[in-house]
Amino acid sequence: MSPDAIAVQFLNGLAGASTLFLIAVGLSLIFGVTRIVNFAHGSFYMLGIYVAYSLVARFGGTVLGFWASLLVAALAVAVIGVVVELLLLRRIYHAPELFQLLATFAVVLIVRDATLALWGPEDLLGPRAPGLKGSVEILGRQFPQYDLALIFVGPAVLGLLWLVLTRTRFGILIRAATQDREMVGALGVNQAWLFTAVFALGAFLAAFGGALQAPREPANLGLDLVAIGEAFVVVVVGGMGSIPGAFLAAFIIAEIKAMCFAIGQTTIAGVSFSFSKLTLVVEFLVMAAVLIWRPWGLLGRPAAATRNPAEIEAPISPADARTRRFGFAVLALLIVLPAFAQAFPYTLVLSIDILIAVLFAASLHFIMGPGGMHSFGHAAYFGLGAYGAGLLVKQAGWSMETALVGAPLIAAAGALVFGWFCVRLSGVYLAMLTLAFAQIVWSVAFQWDDFTGGSNGIVGVWPAPWLSEKWAYYYLTLACAVAGVLLLWRVLLAPFGYAMRAGRDSPLRADAIGIDVFRVQWKAFMLAGLVCGVAGGLFAFSKGSISPEAIGVGRSIDGLIMVLLGGVQTLAGPVVGAGLFTWLSDLIAREFAYWRAALGLTILVLVLAFPLGVAGSVKRLFAREAA
Amino acid sequence: MLKATDLHTYYGQAHILAGVSVEVRAGEVVVLLGRNGAGKSTTMKSIMGLVRPRAGTVEFQGRRIEQLATHRIARMGLGYVPEERRIFTELTVLENLEVGRQAPRPGAPTWDFEKIGRLFPNLREMPHRPGGRMSGGEQQMLTIARTLMGNPACVLLDEPSEGVAPVIVDQMAEAIRGLKSAGVAILLSEQNLHFAMEVADRAYIIEKGAIRFSGTMAALAANAEVQAQYLAV
Ligand SMILES: Nc1ncnc2c1ncn2[C@@H]1O[C@H](COP(=O)(O)OP(=O)(O)OP(=O)(O)O)[C@@H](O)[C@H]1O
Ligand SMILES: [Mg+2]
Repeated sequence: MSPDAIAVQFLNGLAGASTLFLIAVGLSLIFGVTRIVNFAHGSFYMLGIYVAYSLVARFGGTVLGFWASLLVAALAVAVIGVVVELLLLRRIYHAPELFQLLATFAVVLIVRDATLALWGPEDLLGPRAPGLKGSVEILGRQFPQYDLALIFVGPAVLGLLWLVLTRTRFGILIRAATQDREMVGALGVNQAWLFTAVFALGAFLAAFGGALQAPREPANLGLDLVAIGEAFVVVVVGGMGSIPGAFLAAFIIAEIKAMCFAIGQTTIAGVSFSFSKLTLVVEFLVMAAVLIWRPWGLLGRPAAATRNPAEIEAPISPADARTRRFGFAVLALLIVLPAFAQAFPYTLVLSIDILIAVLFAASLHFIMGPGGMHSFGHAAYFGLGAYGAGLLVKQAGWSMETALVGAPLIAAAGALVFGWFCVRLSGVYLAMLTLAFAQIVWSVAFQWDDFTGGSNGIVGVWPAPWLSEKWAYYYLTLACAVAGVLLLWRVLLAPFGYAMRAGRDSPLRADAIGIDVFRVQWKAFMLAGLVCGVAGGLFAFSKGSISPEAIGVGRSIDGLIMVLLGGVQTLAGPVVGAGLFTWLSDLIAREFAYWRAALGLTILVLVLAFPLGVAGSVKRLFAREAA
Repeated sequence: MLKATDLHTYYGQAHILAGVSVEVRAGEVVVLLGRNGAGKSTTMKSIMGLVRPRAGTVEFQGRRIEQLATHRIARMGLGYVPEERRIFTELTVLENLEVGRQAPRPGAPTWDFEKIGRLFPNLREMPHRPGGRMSGGEQQMLTIARTLMGNPACVLLDEPSEGVAPVIVDQMAEAIRGLKSAGVAILLSEQNLHFAMEVADRAYIIEKGAIRFSGTMAALAANAEVQAQYLAV
């Protein structure tokens, strides 16, 4: 590690910071004004690269043509943003936060497949910028001219935004609405119009950030989730809604990453350690540290209690006789299911997947619904369970049966540690910290080649001989799922469950009547981790292997979708949601090349048609009938 | 000018307004008097569409507005000054005023910083001060000034005398008289009878979400029984 290497990496970091800032600042503006956490923001970034790639290929031969192409690409994506805002977001501004997330996530799926259809699956690297193709020598090293130019884009955009926000009526309205949008409306400003404009501006900035990358980084279909992950981190670290905060956070994170590259392999206290491997996780470490130390971000301010526009939730109720009868009928059906497996062997495989999903979703629902803790990283406990099972068998030589008992304990231990930090926060901040922990678990599994098998994962994790028949394993899964779900329900309808809900609805009052909210939530977190670990263990043995892909952010999001589909405030919700989601995604994944878009559209229809979730809406229907 | 008839408003299950009717005629200052929690603010929010009454009608300048979005109501020239002030603390005085600015309106006085400075001299001294670094009284002036920038024909003014120093209360009374003489109609909410006596032409008394008295200030001044029953603390 030489000083000039560090200097060049520092410049690299600055170029990276520019891009990061462009994505994050739009997300921050949109959140500030509309209070929507826009998952589709990464998709705008990705679209920016693709559209710019196509435009530059045709018109990018000249300097003017090149830069005009980038701008037009960003404008085109801004128009797409407007369409999304008008057709979708406008209908759900008053929906619960999680529904908004789900809806914007559906947009991610649709954009992903639309991009696949239009540009194909190959990576596409755009031509280099005319006039900036060469490199300059800095401290004896070659540094690309284009990257040097990029370094100035971030501060330039920051300056322009600052001018817009302080010198124009539009900017002043944005700042006012970030603080109190209802008051802005009472002063005669049409919020709908303001929201659309802010959304367009945010989409433009993200897409422009993407377009600038076209000559540097190949466009590929995974960029949307990468970009949104990084942008979230920057926004949270900088402070939600704070633009200088986004700038500062982008700078810090990009530089820390660059320095990890600069240091590379090194030996600390006799142990060789690769810092470049840290780059996948370092931003999440930074975010976790900031969230614990200063939950509102570096330059953000502690949120005043914001008025939640969503309706107050009806309390959970135990099942009535009719629902009970229905439940027993379903259970009976599940018990006799293997008798028909001869004719449809795939049924058992799918049913095992569904039952595992039910456990996963029920444990997530437990902390999310009654607990009010919206976890975006439930995959962490699934992963700890699955990897725990795999490692206990492979590295510790345990039997399958004991490993299946050990796995949930490992997951619960993880939840114990992570939960201790997480339950101190609430709302979006809690969600982001859970995401950070999940990302840390994922990246340890992905990077620790010697222990976890790295990207290949662990193979040969098979069930004991007496469980090797599919039907036998099915019964094991069924027994675990039923036991797990009943345990969670039992707890929810016991005094502990009431304490959880009291802590969710009114932490101060709950504290005042002697409920230790922190402890209750912490225990709930642990119990959810335990049950989720069972799901992870069962998963590993049902597939015979476990790999990092299976425990990534995608699984956390699947869990959220299942819970929301079913309905957050009903006990049966996660069960219905998990079944429906697993079955639907299996069905359309096999039938359709564009299954993501189909899934996304399905989600959108469900969100717009059943704002209470499927089980919740059915319940309300019956309640109305009865009334 | 403004006429609300038989408003019924709920927060969740709680029936807060049980048939409130109030009227403000052109050029009038009308006060809505009542104790804490009587329903004064809820009446104003119901008129503004900030909470939706479940039943009742609101008419403003001859048009029904109870179904309109809040910003449309504001655009018709009905101004609203909330009791919590709700200043944009990050924005300067001038920027706060800019948020409230609307196009001039025929039939209503037009306001600018200059004219507002005459009404509230304190604000003239601090055009670039962020709202968060102003005293309570200055914020109270700013919140009224901000609404005036929309050139309203009628203003709903929620407890302007609450929690400010006596000298500021006097300034508020002065300002309300100034607005009246400029031709702005005002519906004022108050607990402070003395303050109301200084500025208002007519009064309504509200208690538990229903109007218990309505009449001129003189009639109220003469009616010790009503005063004792609904206003004495
Ligand atoms: N957001 C709300 N949710 C539930 N109840 C509310 C809400 N706002 C007010 N209330 C209740 O409605 C009733 C009327 O309140 P309102 O604010 O209209 O009274 P007010 O006359 O303005 O009182 P004050 O002089 O204290 O401002 C009170 O009982 C209050 O507790
Ligand atoms: Mg009030």
